[in-house]
Amino acid sequence: MLTLENLELRQDGFALTADITLENRDIVAVIGPSGAGKSTLLNIVAGFTSPDAGKVIWDGVDITANRPAKRPIAMLFQDNNLFGHLTVGQNVALGVRPDMRLNSAQKDRVEQALKRVGLADMGARKPAQLSGGQQSRVALARVLVQRKPLMLLDEPFAALGPALRHEMLDLVAELAGEIGATVLLVSHDPADARRIAKRTILVAQGMAYPPQDTADLLDNPPEALAAYLGT
Amino acid sequence: MACRAITIGRANTGIIAAVFVVVVILGPLLAVFWRAGGGAWLVSSDMAAIRFTIWQALLSALISVGLAIPVARALARRKFRGRAVLITLLGAPFILPVIVAVLGLLAVFGRSGILAALLSKFGLPPISIYGLQGVVIAHVFFNLPLATRIILQGWQAIPAERFRLAEMLGFGPREIARTLEYPMLRGALPGAFLIIFAICLSSFAVALTLGGGPRATTIELAIYQAFRFDFDLARAAVLASVQIALVAVVAVLALRVTTGDGMGAGLDRVVHRWDVNTVSSKVLDSAVLLLSTVFLLLPLTMIVLNGIAGLGMMPTAIWAALGRSILVALAATSLTVVLGLAMATASRERGWIDSIGLLGVTVSPMVIGTGLFLLINPWVRPTDVALVVTILVNAVMALPFMLRILTPACRAVETDYGRLADSLGLAGWARLRWLILPRIRRALGFGAGLTAALSMGDLGVVMLFADSENATLPLQMYRLMGAYQMQAAAGAGLVLLMASLLLFWGFDRGGRRDADA
Repeated sequence: MLTLENLELRQDGFALTADITLENRDIVAVIGPSGAGKSTLLNIVAGFTSPDAGKVIWDGVDITANRPAKRPIAMLFQDNNLFGHLTVGQNVALGVRPDMRLNSAQKDRVEQALKRVGLADMGARKPAQLSGGQQSRVALARVLVQRKPLMLLDEPFAALGPALRHEMLDLVAELAGEIGATVLLVSHDPADARRIAKRTILVAQGMAYPPQDTADLLDNPPEALAAYLGT
Repeated sequence: MACRAITIGRANTGIIAAVFVVVVILGPLLAVFWRAGGGAWLVSSDMAAIRFTIWQALLSALISVGLAIPVARALARRKFRGRAVLITLLGAPFILPVIVAVLGLLAVFGRSGILAALLSKFGLPPISIYGLQGVVIAHVFFNLPLATRIILQGWQAIPAERFRLAEMLGFGPREIARTLEYPMLRGALPGAFLIIFAICLSSFAVALTLGGGPRATTIELAIYQAFRFDFDLARAAVLASVQIALVAVVAVLALRVTTGDGMGAGLDRVVHRWDVNTVSSKVLDSAVLLLSTVFLLLPLTMIVLNGIAGLGMMPTAIWAALGRSILVALAATSLTVVLGLAMATASRERGWIDSIGLLGVTVSPMVIGTGLFLLINPWVRPTDVALVVTILVNAVMALPFMLRILTPACRAVETDYGRLADSLGLAGWARLRWLILPRIRRALGFGAGLTAALSMGDLGVVMLFADSENATLPLQMYRLMGAYQMQAAAGAGLVLLMASLLLFWGFDRGGRRDADA
C-alpha cells in the first residue's frame, strides 16, 4: 500500500500538496492540465524530488529519505528509457543487476521477459534498430524483470500513435497483473485512463486529489478538469 | 529539483582528484612564496622582462584577433571546395609542437628563408625573425587559427532565420553588419582577445627560441634563466609570483567573458546568405582566405620538406628521446584521463570541482616546475625525476582542456539518462562502465588525443630538470638547433610532428570507432 501523507512541495510559484492512499494492485491514472504537477507527483514518489513536508510510506515503512534505487519502484520516463549504446538484452539485464554480472538463471529471466513482450531473439540488437513500439516493449521487459511492486509511468508512450499506445497500455495492465504491481500512470488523454485505470487522480490547482472512479470523474468533471478537457 | 546525493562514490573520487590537482599546483606555489619571503629585489632586466611579456602578449592578441575577423567572416559566408580541410587545419596548432612550428617559421621568415630570398630579388634587406617581431609572428601563427575558430563559432551562432529576415527587409551588407554582426563580435572578441593574451603571457618556448636577450625575454624565460643560469632562487621566486598574479588576473577575466572556446563542433555548416554576391566582397574573401592559408600552410610544408631532407642527419639519440617522449605523453594522458573523468563526473553535484581543474590555465609550467624543484631538491636529485615532473606538469596543464571537453559530455549523459540510471541503481563503477564511458567515448578520445599531443610537444618544465640522459624529443631537438645542426633538427622536428599527429589521431580515432551512442 502506498500512502502519500500530507505531502507538500513549494518552489518559486509552484505548489503541490497530496494526501493519498493507493491500494495494492491498483492501476491509477494521473490526469490534469500541463504544469499542474503530474510528473512532479511521480518524481516525489520515485525520490527524484524531495517534498518540503510530508511522507511517502510504502507498506507502513517511511521511504521519504530513500534514494530512488532503494525504493520499490520501476519507472518509465517520457523519453530516454533505453540506453542507446547498449543492446536490447543489456538494457533489460540492467533491471536484474546494474553491474550486469548475470548468472545463467538470470540470463534466462532476461530471455523470458523479452519473449513475454514479443521480442524473442531481439536481444542482440541496438534500440535504434527497433521501431518505437518495440522500444517501448524493451522498456516494459525491463520493468518485468525488475519485479518492483510499484510501477510509475510518466507518459512513456506519448510519442506512439493511438493504436500502438493502446496496445502498450494493455500490455502494462497485463504485466502489472503478473507482477502484482500497483501502477501510477500519467496521461494527457482521458481515453488512456478509461482504458486501463479504474481510478484516477486529478492534479490541478496545486493539489493532487485522492483517486476517484475514472468513469465518474470523466463523466462529471469538476470545473478545473472540465476546462482542461474542453467539455 | 532537490536531488539527493545518490552518487557519493563519484563525488568522493572527484574530491580526491581535485585535492590532488590543488596540491600539485598550490604546493609548488607555496614553496615559491616561501622562498619569495626571502626574495630579492628584481633587477632591471627582470622589469624589462615583465614589460616585454605584457607588450608582446598585447600585440600578439590584437593582431591575431584583428586578422581573424576577416578570415572568420570569409569562412562563415563562403562555401568552397576545401573549406572543411581548411577548418580542420585551423585546429592543427592545438597539436603542433611549438618548437616544430618555430622551425617552420624560421624556414619561411628566417635569414635564409623563403621571404628573405623573395625580398632580395627586389633588392630589399631581409627582415629579422628574432626579437619582438619573431615572437609576435610565432604567436599569431599559433593563435590566429584559435581566434578564427572562436569568432567563426560566433558567426555561426547567428541563426539562419535572422539572415532570412534581414534579406526580406532588404538589408544590405552594411545593415547586416550593424544589426547582426557587430553585436555578435562585441560578444565574441573580448573573450578571444583575453584567452590569447593569457596564453601569450605564459609563452616560454617561443621566447626561448625566437626571443631572448635583454630586449625580448618573457617572465617565464626569465624565471628559467634566473633559475638555471644564475641559480638565483630568490629572484626566480619573485618573478614566479609576478607571473602567477598576472596570468591569474587575465585568466579570471577571460573565463568571465568567454563565449566560445573554438573547440565546438558544427563549424562545417555555411549559412546561406543573399548579401555577399558582390564582386568586391568575393575578391576580398578570396584574398583573405588565400593569404591566411599560405601563412599557415607554408611553414607546415617547410617542416615536412626540410624534415625529409634532414631525416638521415639525425643522431641516434633522437630515437631514445622519442621513446621517452611517447612514454611521457602516454603517462600524462592516462593521468589527465583519470583526473578528468573523476572531476567531470563529480562536477554535477559540486560545481567548484570544475573550477579547480581550470586552475591549470592560470599557473605557468615554469612556476610549478620551479616550486617542485624547490620542494624535492633537499631529498631527490631533480634530474632523477625529470620525466615524472614533466608528466605531472603536462597532465595538470592539459586538464583544463580535458575538462572543457568532458564536462559538457558528462552533463549531457546525466541530463538524458541520470534519472533512469538512478532508478535502476546504476552507481559507482557499473555506472561508469555501462553508462558514462560508452556515451562520452568521442569526447574522451578527442581530449586524450589533445593531451597526448600537447604533452608530446611540450618544451617547458623539462628544461629545468633534464640533462642529456633523460631529454625528451622537443628538448633534444632544441639542443640540435642550439648546436646549429639545423638539418638534423628539421629531421627531428618531422619525427616529433608525426608522433604528435599519430598520437592525436590514434586516440581520437579510438573514441570514434564503433561509437553509435
